[in-house]
Amino acid sequence: MANLIEIKGVTHAYRTGRGPFPVLSDLNLTIPEGEFAAVVGPSGCGKSTLTRLIAGLMRPDRGEVWLRGEPVRGPRKTVGMAFQNPVLLEWRTILQNVILPLEIVAPRIPRRQREDRAMELLDLVGLKGFEGKRPSELSGGMRQRASLCRAIVHKPEVLIMDEPFGALDAFTREDLWQTMRDLRAKEPFTCVLITHDLRESVFLGDQVLVLSGRPATTQHVLDVDLPADRTLDILFTPKVAEMLHLLRDQIRIAQGRAPVAAAGGHG
Amino acid sequence: MQKIAVPVLAILGFLALWEFVVWVNGWPNYKMAAPSDLPAAYVRFAPLFLEMGWQTLWRTVAGLIVAVVAGTALGMAMGFSRIARDALYPLLVGFNAIPKATLVPVIALIFIGRHDFNTVLMAFLISFFPIAVSVGIGLATLEPEYRDILRALGASRVTIFRKIALPKTLPEFFGALKVSVTLAFIGTNLVEIVSPHGRGLGALFKSGETNGDYPLMFAVLIALAVLGIVLYYAVVALERIFAGWAERPHG
Repeated sequence: MANLIEIKGVTHAYRTGRGPFPVLSDLNLTIPEGEFAAVVGPSGCGKSTLTRLIAGLMRPDRGEVWLRGEPVRGPRKTVGMAFQNPVLLEWRTILQNVILPLEIVAPRIPRRQREDRAMELLDLVGLKGFEGKRPSELSGGMRQRASLCRAIVHKPEVLIMDEPFGALDAFTREDLWQTMRDLRAKEPFTCVLITHDLRESVFLGDQVLVLSGRPATTQHVLDVDLPADRTLDILFTPKVAEMLHLLRDQIRIAQGRAPVAAAGGHG
Repeated sequence: MQKIAVPVLAILGFLALWEFVVWVNGWPNYKMAAPSDLPAAYVRFAPLFLEMGWQTLWRTVAGLIVAVVAGTALGMAMGFSRIARDALYPLLVGFNAIPKATLVPVIALIFIGRHDFNTVLMAFLISFFPIAVSVGIGLATLEPEYRDILRALGASRVTIFRKIALPKTLPEFFGALKVSVTLAFIGTNLVEIVSPHGRGLGALFKSGETNGDYPLMFAVLIALAVLGIVLYYAVVALERIFAGWAERPHG
C-alpha cells in the first residue's frame, strides 16, 4: 500500500525568550494508507507538535511532511482532529456539534443530508437518542464519542488524535477502544494516535512508534501483527505481554534510564 | 409566583422602612421626602416625567448601543492581537480611572449646546470599558483546541470568529452589558444634571433641587431606579435568547 503520511527529517524548535527550544530532531516516519499508527514517548517529547505538523497547523523548521504524495503547506480539509478535551460547543446540540466540520468543508450539502450522515455516526458510537442533548448533559465518555464523530464526519483521510482517552476512567477508556475498533471496520481512515497508554497503543495500533526524549526522533517502530477484530482479552495473551514489555523498555530508554531487561532482537 | 412575590415584597419592605425612618425622625418634606409624598409629585408632574423619562431612556440606550459597538471592536482588537492588547490596556484602564464628572465641563465646552450629543457621548464613555475588557478576555482565553478543530479544516479567521469565538464570548459579553446598563444611566444623568438648560430626568432633578421640592427630587430618583431595572431586565431577556445555553439547570 502507498504511504499516506511521510515525515521526512523533520526538525523543529520553538522560539522562546531564552533561545530556541528544540522539540523534534530529524524525525522520520511513514504511515501507509489505512493504517493506525500509535505514537508513544515520554512526556513533553514533542508528540503534540507532531500532530500540529501533520494537520498543517504549523510548518517545521526543517524537513517536510507529505500527505498523499504532496508536501503539506497549510491546513487541508481532509484532516480530522480529536483532543483530550472534547471541545464540544456548548451552545450547539450534539447533532449540531457533529455537523460542524461539514459546514466548513461542504457548505453546499443540504442540511438534511448532513444530519443523516451525523446520525449514522452517532448510531455507530451508541449515541442514538442523545443527538438533541447539550454537551453538558452528557458524561465524559459520551462527549468523547461525540467528539470522535465530529472528527470523522467529513470522511477525512487522516484522523489525528492527541490523547483522546487520557482523561477518562479505565473502563470507559476500554469501551472507547472498542468503539474505535468498530468505527474503523465501518469507516476506513488512516489514524495517528498520540497516547501515554501502552496497552491502548497495542490494542488500537497497527504500528507503535516510540519517540525518544526531547528533542524527539523515531527511536523504535513496533509492528503489531494482531488481527483487526481483536478483543480486550488479547491484552492478556503472552504475545501482547511481550510487546508491552518491549515498549516499556523502549520508554525507559527514551526517558534516559537503563532498561531493566534487554530489548533484544528488535529495532 | 415566588419569582415575582419575593422581589415585590422586598421592595415594599424597603419602602416601609424608608417611611418609618422619616416618620420616627419627624423630618419635614423640605428636609427628606417619604414614599407617601411621591404619588402626589408623580401626579403633579406626570407629563414632565413622561417626556423627560423618554429623553433619558433613549439617550442611555443610544449611548449603550455605541458602547456595545465600540467596546466589542476594541475587545476584538485586544483579543486577537497581542500588540493591540499591550497598547490599549494601560490607556483604557487609565481612562476608566478618571472620574467622568470631570469630563462633563470639557465635553460641554467642546460641543457647546449639543445636549443630546453630549449626553449620549457621556453614556458611551462611562459604559464601554466593561464590554471591551470582557470581550477581549473572552477572545484571548479561547482554548487553542477550539480554534484548531476549524483551522485544521482550512476555515478562515472570520468563520472561526463567527462559529466559535463569538458565541463562546456571549455569556461574558452579557455579564458586562448588565454592568454597563447601570453605568450608562449614571453617564446620562451626569450631563443632564450638570448642563445648564438640560433636559431629561437629570434636569428634572435639578429643577426640583432649585425649587427645594424634595418630593419631586426623590420621585425622579425612583423613576431612574425603575428605568434602570427595566433596562437591566431587558438585557436579561436578550441574554436568555442569545446565551441561554450557558445557564445551568438548577438542581
